[in-house]
Amino acid sequence: MFSFVVRRLMVAVPTLLILVVLSFVLMYAAPGGPFNSERPLPPEVLANIQAKYGLDQPFWKRITDYIWGVVAHFDFGPSFKFKDRSVNDIIAQGFPVTLTYGFWSFVLATVVGVTLGTAAAIKQNSWLDYLAVGFSVGAQVLPNFVMAPILLLVFTLWLGWLPGGGWNGGEWPYLIMPVIALSTSYMASIARIMRSSMLEVLNTNFIRTAQAKGIPMRRVILRHAMKPAILPLLSYLGPAFVGMITGSVVIDAFFSTGGIGTFFVNSAFSRDYSVMMGITILVGALTILFNLVVDILYAWIDPKIRY
Amino acid sequence: MFPNRTTVEDIENAAALAEVQGRSLWASARARFMRNKAAVVSLIVLILVAAFALFGGFFAQWERDFVDFSLMGRNAHLGVPSFETGHYFGTDNSGRDLFARTVQGTGISLMVGIVGAMVAVLVGTLYGATAGYFGGRVDGIMMRIVDVLMSIPFMFVLILMLVIFGRSILMLFIGIGLISWLDMARIARGQTLTIKNKEFVEVAVATGVHPLRIILRHIIPNLLGIVVVYATLLVPNMIIFESFISFLGLGVQEPNTSLGALISEGAGTMQYGTLWQLLFPLFFFVLTIFAFFFVGDGLRDALDPKDR
Repeated sequence: MFSFVVRRLMVAVPTLLILVVLSFVLMYAAPGGPFNSERPLPPEVLANIQAKYGLDQPFWKRITDYIWGVVAHFDFGPSFKFKDRSVNDIIAQGFPVTLTYGFWSFVLATVVGVTLGTAAAIKQNSWLDYLAVGFSVGAQVLPNFVMAPILLLVFTLWLGWLPGGGWNGGEWPYLIMPVIALSTSYMASIARIMRSSMLEVLNTNFIRTAQAKGIPMRRVILRHAMKPAILPLLSYLGPAFVGMITGSVVIDAFFSTGGIGTFFVNSAFSRDYSVMMGITILVGALTILFNLVVDILYAWIDPKIRY
Repeated sequence: MFPNRTTVEDIENAAALAEVQGRSLWASARARFMRNKAAVVSLIVLILVAAFALFGGFFAQWERDFVDFSLMGRNAHLGVPSFETGHYFGTDNSGRDLFARTVQGTGISLMVGIVGAMVAVLVGTLYGATAGYFGGRVDGIMMRIVDVLMSIPFMFVLILMLVIFGRSILMLFIGIGLISWLDMARIARGQTLTIKNKEFVEVAVATGVHPLRIILRHIIPNLLGIVVVYATLLVPNMIIFESFISFLGLGVQEPNTSLGALISEGAGTMQYGTLWQLLFPLFFFVLTIFAFFFVGDGLRDALDPKDR
């Protein structure tokens, strides 16, 4: 087990390095610097600014400095647009918000999806099953940027039940719509995957044996069927997690929650490369970490995996 | 890794070959597909949506970039959908005919989805089949590359690219092309692993056929079923992907538009009582995605019977 974790880490670390180098090279290749504006700066001023941000250094010096800063001090450097703020400040402000609604969306999608999928599989071809299948088919076409305006329209404009935006320290009325908008399509996919894998497991011999021995259905499902049935789902959770963090871009735009997405889009429009790179690398690191956890979990649950 | 012209033609020839030799297989698949009512209806809907995107422009009473200044500020009253004014879907926020804009947006969204699926089919299938056929170290390295690419948050990298190299449809296609083939490569590899041990491949190897020719003539035709299914399911995902980026204002730029951009505009103005600006693009978006998913499911049941 230990060597398996080490081996997976040996893949994860180069992946992260590739991501850092890729985004740095992209930024380096960008035509025009972040300080080229409509009205050209006097050359001395430009030279001073470039010296301050280290832009006058050769390529290899800049990239090694950057990687060293990220790896050793967890420092993504200064923002190019906000003179008094570093990328770290911006991440520290937006990231807790994104993580809060991302976490609840993830929990909601997984819990409801797994429950619905399992219930549908147990009561195959009942009204519950049709309801679950109908939901998972219908919700497929409701990605976050479709769900968000519909929710706003119904619950804020028509019914007036929920505030139309803002964060307010993460109080629950402000949390409901972002979480629902973000989790719906993933909930549907999770329910569908869970239903089909549970159906497959329920038709196997060891489940029939367990039932024949007179073990109560509840116990058969929870103790025997759940573990193998949840395996196909695990590999989906990685991409789902990434999708939810990415979705924060839309959620922040709609609900003005002030998460990491706001800063990402704003920096995209103002060409604040250092902020964009910092967020990209952070999300990439999280993705890789999450995939690592899923892989280890997979190896731990599934005895058939050799490691 | 982009295939050159001759290999593309080879694939097309291979597809034609498979159809002629295996008629009974494809015929029975067609029969199975036809029995699936949801899939058949969805196919008809898709044809109608495509016809709307192709020929809808002929029925528009207004040019899609004509701004009707007489409507300025009175959009909610005068820009409503009606047959009398010729604005079948009403006007958008700048006083342009929404019918013509929706026709254009549907066309561009469909094109994005189909280009993404085509890249996936060409690159992903060849890549996966090659990795699976050669196996061993080649397979290990090729699939490790796919693993590494898969764990990069591409939405963020693509936005970074769009900002750095300028926003254009070409950049969008490059970005979509970069990610769409990864899943397909994995699927094609998995299938190749089972096919390559079949007798007909052994015969080809024994008679000294060149490996590339084995892949193109013997492996890929047998992958076609599963490739078609996943390509169909990929199209809606690519449309969603593009809409997401256009929604943020980073994808398709004015005067062009896509369904994502139209939904974004409509959502921005819904509190002013101009709900049609959101609902018409949303209707076509949902309809297209739904239809593709159902056709894809129908094709899977038809071509891959063991999965039912």
